[in-house]
Amino acid sequence: MTRQNKRIQKLNTIEKKQSTTPRVKKVSDNIFEKFRAYLELHAQALFSSLGKLLKTPLTSVMTIMVLAISIALASSFYLLLNNAEQLTGKLEASNQISLFLKSNVSDLDGLKLADKIKQFAEIKMVDLITKDSALAEFRDYSGFGSALNALESNPLPTVIQVIPKNSLERSEDILQLVADLERLKEVDIAQMDMQWVYKLQSMMNLAEQGVILLSIILSFAVVFIMGNTIRLELEDRRDEVLIAKLVGATHAFIQRPFLYTGFWFGFFAGVMAWLIVMVMMLILKSPMERLSELYDHNYEVLFLNFSESLILLLISSSLGVLGSWGVLHYQLKQMKLE
Amino acid sequence: MLIFDKVCKRYPDTGDVLLDVSFELHQGEMAFLTGHSGAGKSTLLKLIAIIERCTRGQIFLNGHNLHHIEERYIPFVRRKLGLIFQDYKLLTDRTVFDNVALPLVISGYGHQEIGRRVRASLDKVGLLTKEKKYPLALSAGEQQRIGIARAVINKPTLILADEPTGSLDPELSSEVMILFEQFQQVGVTVLIATHDINLITRMDYRVLSLQNGSLISGGIA
Ligand SMILES: Nc1ncnc2c1ncn2[C@@H]1O[C@H](COP(=O)(O)OP(=O)(O)OP(=O)(O)O)[C@@H](O)[C@H]1O
Ligand SMILES: [Mg+2]
Repeated sequence: MTRQNKRIQKLNTIEKKQSTTPRVKKVSDNIFEKFRAYLELHAQALFSSLGKLLKTPLTSVMTIMVLAISIALASSFYLLLNNAEQLTGKLEASNQISLFLKSNVSDLDGLKLADKIKQFAEIKMVDLITKDSALAEFRDYSGFGSALNALESNPLPTVIQVIPKNSLERSEDILQLVADLERLKEVDIAQMDMQWVYKLQSMMNLAEQGVILLSIILSFAVVFIMGNTIRLELEDRRDEVLIAKLVGATHAFIQRPFLYTGFWFGFFAGVMAWLIVMVMMLILKSPMERLSELYDHNYEVLFLNFSESLILLLISSSLGVLGSWGVLHYQLKQMKLE
Repeated sequence: MLIFDKVCKRYPDTGDVLLDVSFELHQGEMAFLTGHSGAGKSTLLKLIAIIERCTRGQIFLNGHNLHHIEERYIPFVRRKLGLIFQDYKLLTDRTVFDNVALPLVISGYGHQEIGRRVRASLDKVGLLTKEKKYPLALSAGEQQRIGIARAVINKPTLILADEPTGSLDPELSSEVMILFEQFQQVGVTVLIATHDINLITRMDYRVLSLQNGSLISGGIA
């Protein structure tokens, strides 16, 4: 404030020198000056609330940490989910469908069918397993070799393995494809080998909804913590508020510095939360990469990117302002001028 | 400019504090509001500043019925009033300059205008040299004069003072009273609540006397 005084003094002396300026100019100067005064009120509130925050560092840091942990929880769940989705997304691409042909269909007819299926728009690759090669494989793996030799004919069906295109991502589309394939007259059973991927995917959907719900709950926590902080602050500066009210301050005027306080708390909590999430992800980075090696994918651990970081700050600042606003709106109405 | 028409005020837990109070103050008039402790002096002033709302009756200020002023327009009514309190109600962590400037800052004036008017106002109460001091570094009389400087900075048409000399010695009291007279002489209406009988008798102005919430004298202008 004292700096402001000096500035006013300086302006005053300047003004005295310019007092010969014509009257018309004065009017527009006045409007301009009022607008500038308004902007300066905002700037003043912005910086003085920051100053007040820094004056009580311990209290501020503790509040900011509580807010930051809530925000970090929500954003790390979000990030982990994103990473998990990336992983399952890759798994999905490797799913395939096995078509067990009817036993009366010969290997040759199977081959023809495979060629036909290959022409389908949704199909990437087709692989034919003849009855003989299936039997040979079975003999190798099952250990029933000699028992199988006793069979007069080969009981195994011809199998066509179908790999759909990557673009086929949604499980409904794949299910549709399976149903279509099963309707072919040579096909006995069409079976997805990677049905668990879809189970996983629906689990992921559930997790996604869980994360959204959790984020909403944690946002409420932030709003309430912020509200309580501002309530205490208001209590602290009660005299100041009452005097301002008595000399004709509007609620907007009284609220302004408190809203900026809320903004700063939210902003710093956002920055802190960002740091917490980043450290967490750095710790998890190598185990996650090891995990991805198992699936032999070139899997990249996702961090918060630039726009996500920006959104994080935006949301946390807004929550700070929102919590403050709610309490101010209520408390200022309740406040008795005594 | 100020009309009370059968005004009643009842507090839920105290009962009737003002009963059918009617009077009128003209522009440029100066009057004392007196009565025993608990008579309802402060309550009457609070009704004018819409710190409290009356239970019955009507109050007109510059032709506006205060009963019809919505909550959000109250600040703009207060900006036209100059309120002065027994305990000064100064911000102890702000300089004298900032204290006096507060109503102008609230009204959104620019630096130049604020500087000019704060100095003019401080000059009027004779404290121009103290602008950089903090209130607690000043004497009681000086603090009250700061309060007055703040009250008049928005060029109010009505000054309301609640026990303005309550904590001042007689000499300081008359200094403050002389200030009020000066404002009255330039056309400002002044209403001073006090139970300082000496002060009232020494100065020859209209006296509104309250007793148990009723106006017992001075009601008719
Ligand atoms: N907010 C309130 N709630 C309930 N009762 C109140 C309230 N304010 C004042 N009163 C009561 O109203 C009556 C009048 O109070 P008021 O303050 O107007 O008196 P006063 O004339 O100003 O007295 P004093 O000279 O002591 O200041 C008192 O009995 C007081 O207890
Ligand atoms: Mg009183």
